[in-house]
Amino acid sequence: MNNWAFYIIAFITVSATVAMMTRKNPVTSAVFLVASFMSLAGIYVLLGAHFVAALQILVYAGAIMVLFIFVIMLLNLKDDELVPDKINIVRVSTAMLGLGLFAFLGSRLAGIPATAVFLPPPADFGGVKEVARLMMTEYVVAFEMLGILLLVGLVGAVMLGRRE
Amino acid sequence: MFGEITIHHYLILSALLFCLGLIGIATRRNLLIMFMCLEVMMNAVNLSFVALARYFNAMDGQVVAIFVMAIAAVEAAIGLGIVIALFRNRRTVNTAELRAMWG
Repeated sequence: MNNWAFYIIAFITVSATVAMMTRKNPVTSAVFLVASFMSLAGIYVLLGAHFVAALQILVYAGAIMVLFIFVIMLLNLKDDELVPDKINIVRVSTAMLGLGLFAFLGSRLAGIPATAVFLPPPADFGGVKEVARLMMTEYVVAFEMLGILLLVGLVGAVMLGRRE
Repeated sequence: MFGEITIHHYLILSALLFCLGLIGIATRRNLLIMFMCLEVMMNAVNLSFVALARYFNAMDGQVVAIFVMAIAAVEAAIGLGIVIALFRNRRTVNTAELRAMWG
């Protein structure tokens, strides 16, 4: 049962990402990216990371992409400004280079010696309790610095948005 | 490949998403779409973290993935603020026209 679930969700993710990269209209790209993020949350569920999957939908698809769509609508690009990128030899060779990089990475990753199946996870794997325990004990410094980073980001965004 | 789903499947999917995001950034000229491809790359790394967390049955990878998510949120906010400020001055998001650093 797990097999076809992975292949279906992986196919949806990759095809939504490719569709996102090839659209002329950025709003269409943003909607395809939301679909890609949702299917990625499905993969997280397959990996037993339920809390991360919920956060992926809340934060990425729910906050970041909404922010993206706000900004795209705010810029209000007219149709004549949305010039489609021509498929010239530079773009094709760049894509070939990127796929070559994937071929190299994929071949190296496929050759690593790893156990054939996932070992059964401990109880409560992927739940909020364990994440919270780790964040408050081992990773507490990073957690607090994340708070400071959010504050810095907030101040920076407000400063960038000022009208002189 | 069509046996059990192993760690290789998830890592290769992560590499594929990363390379697709990289191709998107290198190819497209619209600044907003380049930004979205950057988010795809960060998600690919997140997938790697979560997959390896499952492989080693350690929750640390998921905690790091949550951190990466929060950092990506801040980066998206600041980056989009920059895009808006840039658009106010230059009236374009086409990187082919945003070439000179004057003004």
